[in-house]
Amino acid sequence: MSAPPLRYVRPADEAAALEALAQDGAVLLAGGTNVVDLVRLGVTRPAVLVDVSRLPLAAIEVGDEGLVLGALARNSDVGHHPRVRERFPALAEALLSGASPQLRNLATVGGNLLQRTRCVYFRQLEERACNKRAPGSGCAAMDGWTRMHAVLGTSDACIAANPSDMSVALAALDAVVHVRGPKGERSIPVEALHTEPGAHPEVETTLGKGDLIVRVTAPATRLAARSRYVKVRDRASYAFALASCAACLDFDAGGIVREARVALGGLATKPWRSKAAEAALVGRKVGSEAFRAAGDAALEGARPRPGNAFKVDLGKRVVVRALELAARGA
Amino acid sequence: MSEQVTGKGVDRVDAHAKVTGKARYAAEIEVANVAHAVIVGAAIGRGTLAAIDVAAARAVPGVLAVLTPDDAPRLPGLSKPRSSPQDRQLQVLQDREIRYDGQPIAVVVAETLERAREAAGLVVARYEPAKPALSIEENIGAAYRPQETARGPAETRRGDPDGALARARVKIEQTYVMAPEAHNPMEMHATIAVWQGEDRLMLYDATQGGFVVREKIAALFGLPKENVRVISHFLGGGFGCKGSPWSHVPLCAMAAKATRRAVKLVLTRPQMFHFVGHRPRTVQRVALGADARGKLVAMKHELLGWTSRFDEFIEPAAAWGRPVYACDDVYTSHELVRLDVATPTFMRAPGAASGSFALETAMDELAWALGIDPLELRLRNYADKDHQEDKPFSSKELRACYQRAAQAFGWAKRPRAPRATRDGEWLVGSGMATASYPAHHRPSSAMVRVRGDGSVVAQAGSHDLGTGTYTIMAQIAADAVGQDLARVRFELGDTNLPEAPLAAGSQTAASVGSAVKLAAMAARAELVRAAVADPESPLHGLAAAEVDADQGALFARREPARRDGFADVVRRSGKDEIAARVDALEKEERKRLSCHSFGAQMCEVRVSEVTGEIRVSRVVGAFAGGKILNAKTARSQLLGGIVWGIGLALLEEVVRDARTGRVVTRELQDYHLPVNRDVPGVIEVILLDEVDPYVSEVGAKGLGELGITGMGAAISNAVFHATGRRVRELPIRLEHVL
Repeated sequence: MSAPPLRYVRPADEAAALEALAQDGAVLLAGGTNVVDLVRLGVTRPAVLVDVSRLPLAAIEVGDEGLVLGALARNSDVGHHPRVRERFPALAEALLSGASPQLRNLATVGGNLLQRTRCVYFRQLEERACNKRAPGSGCAAMDGWTRMHAVLGTSDACIAANPSDMSVALAALDAVVHVRGPKGERSIPVEALHTEPGAHPEVETTLGKGDLIVRVTAPATRLAARSRYVKVRDRASYAFALASCAACLDFDAGGIVREARVALGGLATKPWRSKAAEAALVGRKVGSEAFRAAGDAALEGARPRPGNAFKVDLGKRVVVRALELAARGA
Repeated sequence: MSEQVTGKGVDRVDAHAKVTGKARYAAEIEVANVAHAVIVGAAIGRGTLAAIDVAAARAVPGVLAVLTPDDAPRLPGLSKPRSSPQDRQLQVLQDREIRYDGQPIAVVVAETLERAREAAGLVVARYEPAKPALSIEENIGAAYRPQETARGPAETRRGDPDGALARARVKIEQTYVMAPEAHNPMEMHATIAVWQGEDRLMLYDATQGGFVVREKIAALFGLPKENVRVISHFLGGGFGCKGSPWSHVPLCAMAAKATRRAVKLVLTRPQMFHFVGHRPRTVQRVALGADARGKLVAMKHELLGWTSRFDEFIEPAAAWGRPVYACDDVYTSHELVRLDVATPTFMRAPGAASGSFALETAMDELAWALGIDPLELRLRNYADKDHQEDKPFSSKELRACYQRAAQAFGWAKRPRAPRATRDGEWLVGSGMATASYPAHHRPSSAMVRVRGDGSVVAQAGSHDLGTGTYTIMAQIAADAVGQDLARVRFELGDTNLPEAPLAAGSQTAASVGSAVKLAAMAARAELVRAAVADPESPLHGLAAAEVDADQGALFARREPARRDGFADVVRRSGKDEIAARVDALEKEERKRLSCHSFGAQMCEVRVSEVTGEIRVSRVVGAFAGGKILNAKTARSQLLGGIVWGIGLALLEEVVRDARTGRVVTRELQDYHLPVNRDVPGVIEVILLDEVDPYVSEVGAKGLGELGITGMGAAISNAVFHATGRRVRELPIRLEHVL
């Protein structure tokens, strides 16, 4: 509940931002839709908030070689961009299925990639046991209310679900995150950006201290043009996914799958690319049999808790549904 | 005579003030030098506060006081006998026992809200936790039957329900469970407390019942009630949680007393899940027996609900069906289990939203078992009198409601069998339910003043929850006194005004409306009396009965050109105003009658066979609530109820962690209310013209609760019709139908 005094800085350019981010306790502020919330809850206690929201990193470019999104491009601008919708439909669908129009108008691409879990035990300070918030303290969620929790990629230390829709689509679209930091510039595939909790749920990404996401790119492939995103939630809008799936399919004239991408959301501790599901599709004829096999493969190894066992079956159904839509084309 | 304005769908008179921000809600009242209070709540659901360290909190600059059970003032009113279900919960900071999650354990007062919040976060509490009991089912051995509910005796028996059930040709015996719901009006509870000297207290409070707050707070602090004044001019919704004061009101008054400052206290959204009442979890057992033609021969409705360890609130759900159907062998019962939860309270359509879910779902099951259309089954059991009370209804246009709803909905085209309609992956089904709510009437006073400029001010200490009270009272007064609506103003929300009942239970329109009407008529009679006795009046010498009023002037009925303006009458009287005050009681005829509003709810749902998602796609509701005082605000009330019904049926559930008793769904990210996309594009609200000369002076019955009533069953019945799957618990979720 309490917000201890913090400093706020708004660096004038990228170099100054990197410098500010190198300080101890520095936390990035972009759209603020998640960080401000967490600061108010007392979950995040920054020493200094580094406001990068006005840096010139909001470009949206869609060319033949692919997609370039500035880290500060707004979710609504990307989601409504006509060429994004045409060439990367799953990304547009994922973005527009998230949050509310007001939040999408503020939320950025970089912020969406780094949004924190919505686990109630993580967000409520009254709960002492949260390995993510207080390493080593335990996991209250494990035997608690788990309806919104993960069934894939969990560990004995944490079952918190990654809440992002956008990241799931980007994982299926082979997107790459471009980062600048103390060690210069580097690129990380989206699927390698987030980490599974393992014994260290407090570590959520492979980013280092002082790293700044500057842009996200994705290749404009035939797969991407046929991608779709399906999201299932309790209400019709403005809710986190119980289960979601981004799927891309490329198949020949005979309907034999040449290539496929399957990524899951709402079900896993990170945006969950399922290579097992993809492997179950390649070389098979598009259709419900192959799609069901992909769904089964995607949820293979799921470890549900008593309160979220339904998500295993639901996840399979969502994979099938996303593949059906992807097979139909746009 | 110009046309009556009562009944017309005129815009809300306060609409402009609200959309321009001129309307001041409780937390927005400007009070000089106000300090800010923040409540610190317990982090466990049951146990003892072993230690509380407030040193760091007190050290925050700008902190004026931190009150805890160790140093909070003792409340002298504690020994008073309790007068309502929520009394003991008000006894804040009086001991160290933790009885429910979020129970206030400290209140921090500071110069600014930010400092108060910061300090509140620095209060360190140590607990000795105990395992909370949260399950009705696991504690059923401790169930007890209270004496009386808000709807009559807790237990009733007519005829021989068990024998009749045993002999019935067709039987349904099922259990229906409803999740607890939290109160979430848009405006959170807020209070500003200002002590004037040692023993006079001014409260600006977001309340539906200023007089209730006055009485309870006066008792708690050992003050004469005249020493407490409560003002509540605008409300951002109430729905029952603002019907009584909760912990924040005494805490705010204590904080103001301790700091000798005016203090403002606004609850946070999570605190709305903790101590401002909730709809309790209920387990309802319904048994229906019918003969082969569908005539009900036995009806049993038994409710198990929870209440807190220390107060007694009964969700009167089993009472709902007593007057609804024609059946002579009926048993109803309410039992409670005390658990480690905060005290529940009234929530929109208390007893009716819940009771109708169970009984009307059971009726649908019975219809299916009999092979009779659900609407036809209701018609075969139509009650032409209140069988429970053995009284005629004051009016009952339910048959017309069924007919109009069925016609608009296209009910006759509905296939009988479930799972018979499909639209791609979507299974489509429809369901219906009866709606009914008692037409309460409580004593109310009102004053109507005709001012020297001819304008009219009507007054009663009632409230406008956003329902339209300001508007309909002005409409009623305008017609009754004979003035244009634009020159009539209604004042409410102040305990210095004539006393009005709690603005709850759908009773305001009838109770306060009747008082306003009678007071306006009395004020007009005073004007007439003054005019006909005044040699200077054009109406001098006429008998009172020969004079009428219209557009702010009196006139001779036979010679309408003989007019005397209100302003002239008042001016010549030598007084500032001509006024009349009336204390209105219910009409005598009501005592031999049963008074209820009725309605028919029909809805269509679509259920995805692939994902299990359930969406309400169409709703038609036809309602009879006596005279409609304002077609626009009446429709809005019913529409709002229907939309909340979607939340009740499909979304809302307060979840407590079984280990700690903590409410984990205490943010709107986890406690879902319907958003725009959950609300179907087509909600048709049909308002019937119902003439009822007995129910109230204005002929109105009340509509606030009616719109949500029946929605739980209509939706659950439609889900059954769509999928063939009967779900007997709310909210219905996708995993129930996959």
